[in-house]
Amino acid sequence: MTISLDDLVARIPNGAKLAVPADYSGVAISATRALISRGVRDLHLVCVPTSGVQADLLISAGCVATLEAAAISLGEFGPSPAFSKAIKSGSLRMLDSTCPALHAALQASEKGLPFTPLRGLLGSDLVKWRTDWKTIQNPFSEDPDPIVLLPALKPDFALFHAAAADRDGNVWVGRRLELSLIAHASAETLVTVERVLDVSFFDREEIVAGVLPSLYVGGIAVAEKGAWPLGLDDHYVVDGAAVSRYAAGSPLESFLDRAA
Amino acid sequence: MDPTLLISMIADLIGPETRHVAVGALSPIPASAAMLARRRSGGRMRVTVLGSRRNSHFTSGARELFDCAAQGRIDVFFLSGAQIDGQANINLLSVGDYLKPTARFPGSFGSPYLYMLIPRVILFRPEHNRKTLVDKVDFISAPGWSPPEVYRPGGPAALITGRCLFDWKRDERRFSLRSAHPGEDSASIRAETGFDYDEPAVLPGSPVPDAALRAEIADLIATEVAEVYPRFAQDYARDYAQLAA
Repeated sequence: MTISLDDLVARIPNGAKLAVPADYSGVAISATRALISRGVRDLHLVCVPTSGVQADLLISAGCVATLEAAAISLGEFGPSPAFSKAIKSGSLRMLDSTCPALHAALQASEKGLPFTPLRGLLGSDLVKWRTDWKTIQNPFSEDPDPIVLLPALKPDFALFHAAAADRDGNVWVGRRLELSLIAHASAETLVTVERVLDVSFFDREEIVAGVLPSLYVGGIAVAEKGAWPLGLDDHYVVDGAAVSRYAAGSPLESFLDRAA
Repeated sequence: MDPTLLISMIADLIGPETRHVAVGALSPIPASAAMLARRRSGGRMRVTVLGSRRNSHFTSGARELFDCAAQGRIDVFFLSGAQIDGQANINLLSVGDYLKPTARFPGSFGSPYLYMLIPRVILFRPEHNRKTLVDKVDFISAPGWSPPEVYRPGGPAALITGRCLFDWKRDERRFSLRSAHPGEDSASIRAETGFDYDEPAVLPGSPVPDAALRAEIADLIATEVAEVYPRFAQDYARDYAQLAA
């Protein structure tokens, strides 16, 4: 039922719009490495709503043409080196966003809607630069009430890492329901997991609310410690020493080899 | 800069009436202040610390915080800025031209939304100089005020720095200096601030925590805060022990 990591990332063509979760939420770093090895190009990377290590790896390997995110940072480990460099050199098409706009635009896609309104945002320079966002008058109000409309965001692929899949290809995401959101919104979802369990999650009422049904999942590969050097809830914590070394400019290869 | 002074003053700003205060990731001083305010409320106040599993009780994914804010379920939040200007605009994105920046920061995160919707946003920027507190920000991540037709239940309440506390005067759209931290005075603050603001004829000093309050805050950090910010708690305990010796 599972496929190899290389077969999994082979599904993602050059130029794909690829949605990935934030560093805290189950990031498929092993798959990212495989994607880089394959030499993928011109990705439109959608970070939901932020990214760090994964975005930096892809940018530094020259895989990203367009980047859509509310922020890119290595968090307590400092700024994202490849991102800062790419922005200053103008080599990246940057779609600066904000966390709730990314969530709401994915929710619109979840519902099959063309767009969604969202409060806030007005007066932010983001609205000036995001020419795909439109401001309209609230059609239900008699009084002046401007509101921003966001086009639905429909990625070609979602890619993330989770603790386990069951024998039927259902994926347990636990409380990380933002993973279900990006899966629902995307045309196809690719997942790496720590392990596959010989059970059916649908027999387990107490955990089933945290399960992404196989309906959304296009491929699963097993990748033990697949989020390393990032952490995975209840399984392993961030490898701070490794991320610090990376932030300080250690080459990509020395950093990745340890995960192999 | 005295973190204990800032924690005590921010806890006072949060006040006893707050039901729910939320704190962003990587904010140990605001988080400590929120936990102090919670302790003073007898545990009634709800504190959400983003990025902390134990202090973040959401079950609907990352969007739930924002939905909560839009519904008025969060009373107090904290924001900062690489630049903050005299109209309380904040810039978390870049310095210089947007397309050719001289410095680029992570990005605006949730600020263009939360600043508009959470009633009392406390601006926190320990580094207080003419590069951080500017006349006009280079990029508006989120505006300090909005025209009357814009739906905006939220906005700034105050700006606290390593040198002083400013109140935000909503009607006048200006900051007003409330108090100077120890070692600062009217002239030293004016010299380090890049925007114009109001100030009283006689400038009060910020309330310095006494030994009992310092002991209480040290205990709070060693217990409740340490769970979320272990490194901050370690450094704080070391500094507190040196101070006491």
